[in-house]
Amino acid sequence: MRRLCLIVLFLALPLAVHAKVDAYPFDDPKLEARYKQLVAELRCLVCQNQNLADSNAELAQDMRRLTYEMVQRGESNEQIVAFMVERYGDFVMYRPPFKNSTAMLWVGPFLILGVGVLVLFLFVRRRGRAQTPQLTEQEQERARRFLNDKQT
Amino acid sequence: MKARYLIPLGIFLILVVFLAIGLTKDPRDVPSVLIDKKASEFSLPDLFDPTKTVESSAMKGKVWLLNVWGTWCPECWREHDFLLYLAKQEQFPIVGIDWRDDDEEAKRFLRQKGNPFLAVGVDPESKAIMDLGVYGAPETFLIDRQGVIRKKHKGAMTQKVWRDEFRPLIDELEKG
Repeated sequence: MRRLCLIVLFLALPLAVHAKVDAYPFDDPKLEARYKQLVAELRCLVCQNQNLADSNAELAQDMRRLTYEMVQRGESNEQIVAFMVERYGDFVMYRPPFKNSTAMLWVGPFLILGVGVLVLFLFVRRRGRAQTPQLTEQEQERARRFLNDKQT
Repeated sequence: MKARYLIPLGIFLILVVFLAIGLTKDPRDVPSVLIDKKASEFSLPDLFDPTKTVESSAMKGKVWLLNVWGTWCPECWREHDFLLYLAKQEQFPIVGIDWRDDDEEAKRFLRQKGNPFLAVGVDPESKAIMDLGVYGAPETFLIDRQGVIRKKHKGAMTQKVWRDEFRPLIDELEKG
């Protein structure tokens, strides 16, 4: 009985620690979709590996509210992102624009992939060459015998 | 031993070098894009008298410090004595923005520890501080006579930062 009570209590735990999420009301589902996209793509400055949508930091809450207000006011995604970038720099975007300073970020993975493929290619080719052994007459004779044995 | 067995070691060493460089950098230090740009104007309710406002335009023509703080921020407690020194000994004008704070708590803090600020505006909704690109506290801005941000320091203001980074620039600004 005690054990059962404990289990029920643990099951109820998620209800108690239910996070406070600010849900903003939207009349227009299109605006809501834009808001969701924006808070997913903007980065929280406080906990920097989270986007605005995931972060519980107070600044992120305020930035979400501001984003909401701007979306409701009818500002475009570009305008809102530009507003944030003006204040916090490219850092605020999870998808930074292609610039000299971000070139490595965009090209780097493909570069490394290219090098990997090249190395693999060379490796495989060299292996292939190494496996064509030069046999002496005697060895070829033996090999033929073995192969014929198998066939019969 | 063949040289190609050294390749993984070489790659490993290169990785170590890159990671070591990475360790010396602070990933939380986001460079401000607002240096040498005009500081956004703000008008915030006065902490001590909400019927009044604290305006950045009132500081026009002066070289001054803008300090973003809150009683919830431990580093702000740490830098407070130095701000007091700046205000009292060096007579340097400092305006405070009390960010996302409890007003009563903030007033008590300043009464008990002393108030280095010419005026303190309250910003409970991060309106003004977002315009300034602030994402943590304390942050201190040096603003020149034309209202342009010349320098920004994140974290507690210290004797060393003041002497090495702020003072030389201020001397230059006040001359010109």
